[in-house]
Amino acid sequence: MMEELKARLGPEVLGLTVFLLAVMLVFSFLSDRFLTAANFGSVAVQLPELGILTLAMLLPILSGGLNLAIISTANISALTVAWVLQVNGGPEAGMGAFLLGAALALAVGGAAGFLMGAVTAISGAHPILVSLAMMIFLRGLGEYLTRGGDISGFPDFVAAIGHGSLFGIPAPLIVFLACVAVWQILLGRTRLGFFTYMVGSNIEATRYSGVDTKRALMLIYTLSGVMCAIAGIVMMARFNSVRVGHGEAYLLITVLACFLGGVDPFGGFGRVASVLLALVILQILSSGLNLLGANQHLSTAVWGLFLIAVMVLRFGWKRWFERKRGKT
Amino acid sequence: MAEQAARGAVLAMRGVSKTFGGVKALNDVSFTVRPGEVHCLAGENGSGKSTVIKIATGVYTADPGADIEIAGQSVAAPTPGLARRLGIAVIWQDLALFPEMTVAENIGFEALLGARPKPVARKRMRETAARVLARLGVALDPDAPLRSLPIAKRQIVAIARALVGEARLIFMDEPTASLTQAETDHLLEIVRSLSASGVAVVFVSHRLAEVLEVSSAVTVLRDGRLVGVFPTEGMTQSKLTELMTGQTFDSAVAARDRSAAPPVLELKGLTREGEYADIELTIRKGEILGITGLIGAGRTELGHTLFGMTRPDRGEIRLDGKPVRFRSNGQAIRAGVSYVSEDRLSLGLIQPQSIADNLSLTVLDRLLTAGLISPARKSSLVDHWIRELAVKIGTPADAVATLSGGNQQRIVLAKWLATEPRLLVLDAPTVGVDVGARAGIFAIIRRLAEQGLAILLISDEAPEVYFNADRVLHMAGGRIIGHYDPRATSLAELEQAVYA
Repeated sequence: MMEELKARLGPEVLGLTVFLLAVMLVFSFLSDRFLTAANFGSVAVQLPELGILTLAMLLPILSGGLNLAIISTANISALTVAWVLQVNGGPEAGMGAFLLGAALALAVGGAAGFLMGAVTAISGAHPILVSLAMMIFLRGLGEYLTRGGDISGFPDFVAAIGHGSLFGIPAPLIVFLACVAVWQILLGRTRLGFFTYMVGSNIEATRYSGVDTKRALMLIYTLSGVMCAIAGIVMMARFNSVRVGHGEAYLLITVLACFLGGVDPFGGFGRVASVLLALVILQILSSGLNLLGANQHLSTAVWGLFLIAVMVLRFGWKRWFERKRGKT
Repeated sequence: MAEQAARGAVLAMRGVSKTFGGVKALNDVSFTVRPGEVHCLAGENGSGKSTVIKIATGVYTADPGADIEIAGQSVAAPTPGLARRLGIAVIWQDLALFPEMTVAENIGFEALLGARPKPVARKRMRETAARVLARLGVALDPDAPLRSLPIAKRQIVAIARALVGEARLIFMDEPTASLTQAETDHLLEIVRSLSASGVAVVFVSHRLAEVLEVSSAVTVLRDGRLVGVFPTEGMTQSKLTELMTGQTFDSAVAARDRSAAPPVLELKGLTREGEYADIELTIRKGEILGITGLIGAGRTELGHTLFGMTRPDRGEIRLDGKPVRFRSNGQAIRAGVSYVSEDRLSLGLIQPQSIADNLSLTVLDRLLTAGLISPARKSSLVDHWIRELAVKIGTPADAVATLSGGNQQRIVLAKWLATEPRLLVLDAPTVGVDVGARAGIFAIIRRLAEQGLAILLISDEAPEVYFNADRVLHMAGGRIIGHYDPRATSLAELEQAVYA
């Protein structure tokens, strides 16, 4: 039973679950407010933004690349929605205008991703360079369009999307879980998901097997861009405003969350489930520290320490496992 | 007699055993190399060749009871430093050089080793490098960064580095694995001149032809035991194969007459500038057509065009009588063409990924139900091919890299056979496959031909093509320069034409 569970989930998910339980146990001793609905409610509200951005980062990393433009893509997509709303009457704009804006935002995000994928695939330039250039371009463009300021004054239902809930589940969390489900199916069961792993391990061998790797790369980055747009819309609804640079601190945290979730930094290996667990652990750590009265910057420092600890543990676990194997 | 041979030897190892976790990797092996001799160490993967090298150079320590003499000095357990001081050097397959440093720095770097920091004498380094390169008769810019050099030149840098340390014996581990024929010839030339100047060379190679050409004696290992030491005078490839594997191979010509069968592939005047020219050939249903020739003859390039990876400049490709023009290898695969690459490690398989994923990569379309990959259909596909080709695996979830060369090649065959091809292009299908496992690969290939598959067999080993193909073409300089029927030609004739 245990063995079967282990085989199904993999050691990564199991290890992270143990870690999660340990973290929760420690905090519930340290603070009697930890195991309360209010605390989990705040985790549930904070998780989606970072979570959706991490999903946007996950796909390129699995394919052996990186997307440094996720935040600026999210910002520019949110600006698209804001622009459509403003043109249609600002606070008086209707739901139709919002939906149109959201659709356009997804297209803008997808287009930004497609461009990165196309340049990477055709020129063979490293995705770090391509996405860095895209990040700077989009950020500059956004700052030019907004003159560096905030855009706000949206209809009331926008804030309701950011803070409302359905059957007691916060709306952003529902969006996030839907995105997780889509990514899970994409990576586990579709051709493109399969190709993403293969491209990440060895793109030339994948091409020799008859896979159109250029097309695969373009699709991977396009989907990453679309996911950024979703994150941008969720952030916009939460803050009830749009500003270029919103969420910039998340950029490297998404990379951290992927590695924490056992994703191979060089591509080819990694699972949605373990990345989701890693995200929950990070969020619980920060809300637990918050309850203990620690300041925000400390919780960032703890995240860093946590990643180092996980790497050391993983190394030790691997060594132990190999020794055990060597003996039998 | 062994005592006599050992006298004056540059390296004499006697009664050497090595146990790894209960497994005897070497069992009472003796190995002697005399000054200036070119000696070959032969054996299949896992026979203990590299363990011998590692014990002689102090990387491993032999089990107690071994007797090792280097340059007449009894050494209980050589350490890497001691072995180097006594004149033993190794050129590993991966060369162990510094790609970002210059030629001179790479050659002179050992002078900088030691506990105390020393200033780097660039001028002396360059002079040393120039002197050693001159001794090898090679013109190389000492200031060129190593990474700008092709692999063959880098190898020469590695040899030069060994000579700076006044090596008396150089081990070369698979030195020709990534060289073209011309580069190999040049390397063998250097080996001969080293030998003439009194430096002994121990050659470890899979390519039996060059082993026999360059060395004067061969020590054969099998399963960690010494089979014997033989002079290469009068030794043949098939005799050596038998010694290495302990099996005799059915080396009868397998050619059949397939001239009545309908043609599957016809090439008419196929040309791609700088690669191959005016290629005319026909492969019929169920026929194995062999193409042999030296590396660089344009064989692999032709294979790439047939597989849709490159486009010909002129000429026509007909598949089942219909002209085809592939714009990608995806189109070629859909039209029924499969290509087994000569480079299994980096192109044939995705080494870190699982056996199951490697096998299903080419036929993902067929595993879909309602647009999603069906795990059940995937595992039944994998099970089917593992059984069909008798692949020895742990579980399908294991990385393909965990398999032996022969079993990996079976996975490559399986992934292409799953696409139900009509034409199978095999580019050097036995590279990195143990001699003993080759027979199994060819048994599969012949069975496929019996079932009606048209096969193009490309190989630089003339005997392989001679014994397995129905007809043989000789390619050189991008052109087909000879047609042979194995039933009407002797192997010696073919080898003479190809290698002379």
